[in-house]
Amino acid sequence: MSGEWETVIGLEIHAQLATKSKIFSGSATAYGAESNTQADLVDLGYPGVLPVLNAEVVRMAAKFGLAVGATINRRSVFARKNYFYPDLPKGYQISQYELPIVAGGHLDILLEDGSTKRIGITRAHLEEDAGKSQHEGVGVSTIDLNRAGTPLVEIVSEPDMRSAKEAVAYMKKIHTLVRYLGICDGNMQEGSFRCDANVSIRRRGAEKFGTRAELKNLNSFRYVEKAINLEVARQIDILEGGGKVVQETRLYDADKDETRSMRSKEEANDYRYFPDPDLLPVVIEDSFVEAVRASLPELPDDKALRFQQQHGLSPYDAGVLTASAEMAAFYESVVALVPSDPKLVANTVMGDFSASLNKDNLDIANSRVSAAQLGVLVSRIVDNTISGKIAKEVFEAMWAEGLEADAVIESRGLRQITDAGAIGAVIDAIMAANPKQLADYRSGKDKLFGFFVGQAMKATDGKANPALLNDLLKAKLAP
Amino acid sequence: MTAPTLAALSAGLKARQYSSVELTRAALARVERSQPQLNALVTVTAESALAAAAAADQRIAAGTAGPLTGVPMIHKDIFCTAGVRTTCGSRMLSNFVSPYDAHIVTLLADAGMVMVGKANMDEFAMGSSNETSYFGPVSNPWDTARVPGGSSGGSAAAVAARLAPLATASDTGGSIRQPAALCGVTGIKPTYGRVSRYGMIAFASSLDQAGVITVSAEDAAMTLQAMAGFDRRDSTSIDAPVPDYVAELQQPLAGLRIGILKEFFGEGLSAAIEGPVREALATWQRLGATVREVSLPSLPLSVPTYYVVAPAEASSNLARFDGVRFGHRCDKPRDLMDLYKRSRAEGFGAEVKRRIMTGTYVLSAGYYDAYYLKAQRVRSLISDDFRRAFTEVDLLLGPTTPTTAFGLGDKTSDPITMYLNDIYTIGANMAGLPAMSLPCGFADGLPVGVQLIGPHFAEGRLLAAAHAYQRETDWHLRAPPAFGADFAGEA
Repeated sequence: MSGEWETVIGLEIHAQLATKSKIFSGSATAYGAESNTQADLVDLGYPGVLPVLNAEVVRMAAKFGLAVGATINRRSVFARKNYFYPDLPKGYQISQYELPIVAGGHLDILLEDGSTKRIGITRAHLEEDAGKSQHEGVGVSTIDLNRAGTPLVEIVSEPDMRSAKEAVAYMKKIHTLVRYLGICDGNMQEGSFRCDANVSIRRRGAEKFGTRAELKNLNSFRYVEKAINLEVARQIDILEGGGKVVQETRLYDADKDETRSMRSKEEANDYRYFPDPDLLPVVIEDSFVEAVRASLPELPDDKALRFQQQHGLSPYDAGVLTASAEMAAFYESVVALVPSDPKLVANTVMGDFSASLNKDNLDIANSRVSAAQLGVLVSRIVDNTISGKIAKEVFEAMWAEGLEADAVIESRGLRQITDAGAIGAVIDAIMAANPKQLADYRSGKDKLFGFFVGQAMKATDGKANPALLNDLLKAKLAP
Repeated sequence: MTAPTLAALSAGLKARQYSSVELTRAALARVERSQPQLNALVTVTAESALAAAAAADQRIAAGTAGPLTGVPMIHKDIFCTAGVRTTCGSRMLSNFVSPYDAHIVTLLADAGMVMVGKANMDEFAMGSSNETSYFGPVSNPWDTARVPGGSSGGSAAAVAARLAPLATASDTGGSIRQPAALCGVTGIKPTYGRVSRYGMIAFASSLDQAGVITVSAEDAAMTLQAMAGFDRRDSTSIDAPVPDYVAELQQPLAGLRIGILKEFFGEGLSAAIEGPVREALATWQRLGATVREVSLPSLPLSVPTYYVVAPAEASSNLARFDGVRFGHRCDKPRDLMDLYKRSRAEGFGAEVKRRIMTGTYVLSAGYYDAYYLKAQRVRSLISDDFRRAFTEVDLLLGPTTPTTAFGLGDKTSDPITMYLNDIYTIGANMAGLPAMSLPCGFADGLPVGVQLIGPHFAEGRLLAAAHAYQRETDWHLRAPPAFGADFAGEA
């Protein structure tokens, strides 16, 4: 039974660093250029050319390291990972091996039960990406070297995750972090952020890890979760059938929703790592580290904590609103306009606003409603011009038609009724028209209160001020 | 008869005794005449040379010429030259036309030098006799039945035969100094990082260093002046000011402390070599140098260490020659594996394959520590030995080679014997030190070389010591009888 098994997961996340030029050449890194137009002689591995390290990647990796509380190694070394493949022009990939730039950090993730769990980060190292091979039917493969030499930071976790959900939570947290730091655009469709998952299972309580399989190139959060769950089920089947899990690399096929073997340990390449003699060790001064530290933005966890303390938000809401720096900034811009009710702002931003962004597949930069516009809308709830319910309608009009909140409220006559006399008259008419309900209510059927609210709202097109309506109803209905 | 040194030709051009076009024609003619006997060049660039010479003549006429302007020269075929094929002595690159110039090719062209061709060499600079070249062996101008040494055999033979006053060269384990010694010319391997490696096809990146083969130390100083300096395209190039080497030639020798390398005068050194080397030492003593014996106990480990480190790096450096983007590609590959295997099997010669296999082996899982790591530790010991020695002496002296030039084909069947030819030269590469070989006499009509090794960046000191010696002697001015005519006179 699967309850007896414990899943053990470690992730290797590849984040493409957001530099303008490549890690060892001056070629551009922009995505989507015509094939092989962004590869110079260095990227093509021409005879006699040499790599020159782009200093920006060191700064970016140090930023990441400091953000996860890691050690920035004062001396790190680039090595060559040797293997033959047509999209690897030099016949080796330059990568940090024994001495990575970042060692020993951690990140806390929020679990579903509201508790936090600390995930260890073993290391993060710099490396160059390979090119792209495309197999176009039988006997034809094309190679695009635009991506060759693109800078990556590979972030290796400890095997600290115990479920696919934890793995996804960790990956999302890293995704948030690298975008906060401005070191990766996080674009998963374009491959800027992807991961491999090492998955094994063991009997609950066992100390020794089971044999792991490495799942390659998972480029969406959903795939990570699906692939891990499939792999766990596969391993449980094997072990419960008396078999043995083989150490191997497996590929997740999203179309068929299955993982399948790429190569076993025996077939694995011997990469013959050795220090790259074309590059000097990367030596980092304390002053550099301090300058990078000083340049760090407010980090997601710090921001979330501040949102809880300053704006009275729950940990969950604070987490959602700080999941991206843009979202957090947007939220705070709206709060600045409506300082009296940050929770109402949070609900609006996380509710209608986020839903509309998702529905139209837009990011905040392209939002149809600005923070200033949303601020006006929320203010109209706070100052009792409209109710929260009417606000939904106003927001929809703002989003769909690009209108200002006040214009919608005025042109549609949505201003709420706060005249006690007018509401009282409406109530009197409803009481007169519904003698049976009135009698039942007065004889103890409290639930009928809602009926009267509904009738009153209907009669006022939802514009009656809810609190005032409530008070007046209570007074008038009382026996 | 004027010695056809760079200095003399430069002065002759300046004095309008001849034009660069005339000099270049003479050099091209000499190249053409020598090719059947020497095979020193892989490619002759007559047309572009004459155009460059005409441009140089204009600079001379305009008064904007430098000391190198208009002088013909030859590049070792390891340096990439835009528009001119760069073969590295290999079938793999027999059709490769570089789209760019190596750093030193640019520098020497900017200085106005006229490239008349590309020098033959051991394939990918792997060899000590120039017999591994895909384009056939080079003969020693002093005895065409003998090897010129290697890997810069074409460069050394060309300068010895006075085809041009200088040829660029590269030195990974002795590839400048050993052929310079065997051909009776002057060769300098600068400090590792002093001259950019950009555009020099890599053999063993941590050891490779570009340098030059010339007739005299003065010529070497003039050329190095133009070649040395920081290049941001080579991360191992060193950002330190380049001294005025020509001015430093005049440094007095009095008080110069020369250390004789004890380990270089033992078993294996032929008496025919030892005699002239000791005589050279005596000359330096007469010039005011003091002499003492110095021991570098780790130095005998140089050769085995080298044959771990250099093949390891080579196995990786040569992986880019896969038949995909440039270089030799086999006919009608069946699939990717077939393309790789046949392109490389056909494109590389036996010695290159031997080193790729050795290098692959020493880097393999399970062997890396025992070979590669251990070799790196020994390399540190060798460097430490040198560092200690240079606290006591200013320069180290020894023979460049254990014997004079051997016969073509004599050692091709036994790689180990061949490797031992570099026994005295590899140490300087291991430690990244500058070193020179100078002609110091003859044995049975064949040239003998003496080697000087200095501390890092002591090129000026080496050149000054060599220049002082060459003012006292004329070994460097002797040319092989069959090739010795004064080509300035032919111009």
